[in-house]
Amino acid sequence: MSASPLLVVEGLTKHFGRTPHLVRAVEDVGFHVAPGEVLGLVGESGSGKSTIGRLVLRLIDPTSGTIRFAGEDISKRPERQLKALRRNAQMVFQDPYASLNPRLRVRDIIGEALDAHRLAGGARRTERIGELLETVGLPATHMTRFPHEFSGGQRQRIGIARALAVEPKLIIADEPVSALDVSVQAQVLNLMQDLRQRFGLTMLFISHDLDVVELMCDRIAVLYLGRIMEIGSTDDVVSRPRHPYTRALLAASPKADPDAPKIRRMLTGDIPSPMAPPSGCVFRTRCPMATEECARSIPQLRSAGEDHQFACHYDMAHGERPAAA
Amino acid sequence: MNMDTPSLLSIQDLEVRFRTEDGEVTPVRGVTLSVSPGETVALVGESGSGKSVTSLATMGLLPRPAGRVSGGKILFRQRSGQTVDLATLPLPDLRRLRGAEIAMVFQEPMTSLNPVLTVGEQIAESVRLHMGLGHASALKRAAEMLDLVEIPNARRRVHEYPHQMSGGMRQRVMIALAMSCNPSLLIADEPTTALDVTIQAQILVLIQRLQREIGMGVLFITHNLGVVAEIADRVTVMYAGQVVETGSVGELFRTPRHPYTSALLNCLPARARRGEDGRRVVQSIPGSIGKVGNGCAFAPRCGQATDSCQAGSVLLETEMDRSVRCLRWREILA
Repeated sequence: MSASPLLVVEGLTKHFGRTPHLVRAVEDVGFHVAPGEVLGLVGESGSGKSTIGRLVLRLIDPTSGTIRFAGEDISKRPERQLKALRRNAQMVFQDPYASLNPRLRVRDIIGEALDAHRLAGGARRTERIGELLETVGLPATHMTRFPHEFSGGQRQRIGIARALAVEPKLIIADEPVSALDVSVQAQVLNLMQDLRQRFGLTMLFISHDLDVVELMCDRIAVLYLGRIMEIGSTDDVVSRPRHPYTRALLAASPKADPDAPKIRRMLTGDIPSPMAPPSGCVFRTRCPMATEECARSIPQLRSAGEDHQFACHYDMAHGERPAAA
Repeated sequence: MNMDTPSLLSIQDLEVRFRTEDGEVTPVRGVTLSVSPGETVALVGESGSGKSVTSLATMGLLPRPAGRVSGGKILFRQRSGQTVDLATLPLPDLRRLRGAEIAMVFQEPMTSLNPVLTVGEQIAESVRLHMGLGHASALKRAAEMLDLVEIPNARRRVHEYPHQMSGGMRQRVMIALAMSCNPSLLIADEPTTALDVTIQAQILVLIQRLQREIGMGVLFITHNLGVVAEIADRVTVMYAGQVVETGSVGELFRTPRHPYTSALLNCLPARARRGEDGRRVVQSIPGSIGKVGNGCAFAPRCGQATDSCQAGSVLLETEMDRSVRCLRWREILA
């Protein structure tokens, strides 16, 4: 890691509600994101990936743990001192229909962000909104239109323009293309890559789609029931997965290639409820190689290479197999 | 299509119209496809392609009175050997057929199941109707059906309500319900779209297993090309209300003939190519499905289109078991 990380998360935990209905959404999660880097958070329902995104933006308060943004601990900072964070970190949402106010013209949707941080007024405001629209591939003249006049892909472009308006350092993209058709998804993914390069953006890219994450991210964190199972460079995680869950997730994703091997072995059972996560390793109830040890103790992240860690008691790559298996 | 040996399902030049506030629209403008016994045909398309309207029309579930089949046939071969046109069949006959020979599974099992009945009661109701069983034996059969779709503790879970189950379990219940009449045709409309990927894998494997055991034909409607490659024998691709290409799954993925099929496959992140600057870029299709003009509906977004493509309607050309609706496919492939 050359430059000091823009975002460092340590021991991040978020519980919702209270016993007996306590939901353990995020448990002891730690990662860092270097400037200009894109970290993917991938996982299924209940993995906590979206909650982590909202915690980092302080849209919700962490139960414990620290979030350091640009060197400063923002995890306990009161709302009124979060203005700098709100300017430096922006969110792009999944649903381009729900995330734009239908009663505002595009000019005002994007203008709101400029006004809130007093970034541009008067003629300069209009000029800047036009620039932003052109940046995301829309004509500046569209600023007088309402959201319903745009297609899903165009609305997502507007959402991205709004995020870019305050010139953020960090973008948190929460399933930004999962509501879009595949041909439109490709347009938005390419746009996000262009913008990343052009503005040196740092991103947390949240998605359930491994193919999309593999395309967009430098590093990937694989989450299951609120915990990191594996984290490392995209190549390591996708090509040399060490955690049984990562392997299962890769195996379960259908390949758009009729000659590829069909799904044969797969995980049985359901994802447990985050209200009653299993003891020890949260993945053990579906893990094909779980032992009694897995029920007893929580596996800590262990190193599998320079920038590659996984949380399993057994290292399959080094012949560490459960005695009984 | 040889009429002497009709397929299980043979949709011929289907046209569906809807009345809307802004006048009449034609979301399906000429769909031809067939499903043979024991075969899985994937019907693929993006939003606005008309794939779901095609499946609703086939099931006789078009919203009335706004929607209607305005042209073409939906021929279904019954167990008796008699072929009927589902598009013109009287509603009571269609209902009887839907329970007994044609089964359906939808995307969102929560809205398809009755929330105030236990899952056992719902399956039992269906088997009582179709197999004429008494109450106790119907409930026993329901437990067997839950067992068939690999729901753990089936005998206990027949007494659960849909809301007590996970999305994956509810979809299994839907499938059990669909299977309870031993259908010869299953219409599955995006059955795994709302599910997590590890659960989707379970459901896909389950549908394939049941298909082998029962020998039913499956029409599988999906937008997910990965799922298509996983389960389909043949694929029909739709764009803007029309079939643009049909072929075996291998041929269609390896040598797509229609420029839309080929462009759609290249949009997949897994097919991203490394550009000159070292960045991985996926191809995209510019624009979105727009207003349909005279000629090829894809022409405005097609990199290969010429003036002739927009001049007049393009026919579906069929040769052996492949069809393509493109004036220039031979030139483009050459």
